[in-house]
Amino acid sequence: MSDVKEKEPWFSTKNIELLTGPLNSKNPITVLVLGICSALAVTVKLEPAIVMAISVTVVTAFSNLIISLIRNTIPSRIRIIVQLVVIAALVILVDEVLKAYVYDVSKQLSVFVGLIITNCIVMGRLEAFALGNKPWPAFLDGIGNGLGYGLILVVLAFFRELLGSGTIFGYRVIPESFYYSNGGMYENNGLMILPPMALILVGLIIWIQRGRNRKLIEE
Amino acid sequence: MENLINIFVRSIFIDNMIFAYFLGMCSYLAVSKTVKTSTGLGIAVIFVMLITVPVNYLLNRFVLLPGALQWLDESFASLDLSFLSFIMFIAVIASIVQLVEMVVEKYSPALYNSLGIFLPLIAVNCAIMGGSLFMQQREYETLGEATVFGLGSGVGWFLAIISIAAIRERLKYSDIPKPLRGLGISFILTGLMGIAFMTFMGIKL
Repeated sequence: MSDVKEKEPWFSTKNIELLTGPLNSKNPITVLVLGICSALAVTVKLEPAIVMAISVTVVTAFSNLIISLIRNTIPSRIRIIVQLVVIAALVILVDEVLKAYVYDVSKQLSVFVGLIITNCIVMGRLEAFALGNKPWPAFLDGIGNGLGYGLILVVLAFFRELLGSGTIFGYRVIPESFYYSNGGMYENNGLMILPPMALILVGLIIWIQRGRNRKLIEE
Repeated sequence: MENLINIFVRSIFIDNMIFAYFLGMCSYLAVSKTVKTSTGLGIAVIFVMLITVPVNYLLNRFVLLPGALQWLDESFASLDLSFLSFIMFIAVIASIVQLVEMVVEKYSPALYNSLGIFLPLIAVNCAIMGGSLFMQQREYETLGEATVFGLGSGVGWFLAIISIAAIRERLKYSDIPKPLRGLGISFILTGLMGIAFMTFMGIKL
């Protein structure tokens, strides 16, 4: 690499921006509309949501890094296939690791681990960023986008698990004695567990975010 | 036969790719601005699903499953290649999408232009990959079942995208809070449509 004339510190402002941007104004889910596909079905409980978020972060970060390392040698006509092969190989690794260490969660996630391959965030970041940038910023960009995706996932899963089952991480937060069946006044909101509620919650998150950050409003 | 109809109806209404599993949301949200383009994309998805699911079924049955290579040689009976399924499925899908793209470009340039970037993106449309993975996970018995499942899932996706496109064409005339415009309201609408589709739950033919 000949273009390393001015040495940039590893965590310069620009690089920090790459990490924090996706958490808010460049969020992959609520702003760029990427990667909703495999995300929402895994947010009924917090635990699978966090495992999913970590898996996606790992895949985005390392596929960005690998593609960025070999970006000058890939002929642009076959780049999609090259990208898919890199992503698929990483996803297979993640899948095998999950099966080995957290088998129960891996069963809950079912096909959605495999669907990380077709997760638009991974492809989108490869096309938009990794193909034109150096490995280190590309790696940070991957981690940032994975985290931005994970953030939405965790927020969704938090509310869905709390309101839908009254638990967090499987621990009971709302005491049993509050429930109607035990003489209390409370009942779980069954709607929260149903898949469509995830979409409505994302809609509300977008509403709140755009209400606070007026620049993002669409005409 | 009854079984096939059951799978078909299930995959359209109950296990709808969009309303029950949120698969293919990216192109669903991005292309659904007018009914015309979404019809084109929907048909392309049906077509690709109809081909990829059976092809991947054969691949799964005769190459990937544990002991599936036995037809080749007795000594392969203990071979288990199922860990390769992601990479094999995506390769099949990517090449079939490439084919479809060439066919559409040749016979309907207008449709080709209006679909633009989204035609190659069908390769990374989660609904297509999801169709193949669900086919593998649910262990359909025959080629017929897999084909019908692929067709049904495609039709379900098609229905979902044209209905949201029709609603979004009407949305232009309604007064929505500013921050909710565009993306936000589309999410909420999809959610409401999903709840409506849930009324089909439990139907069995």
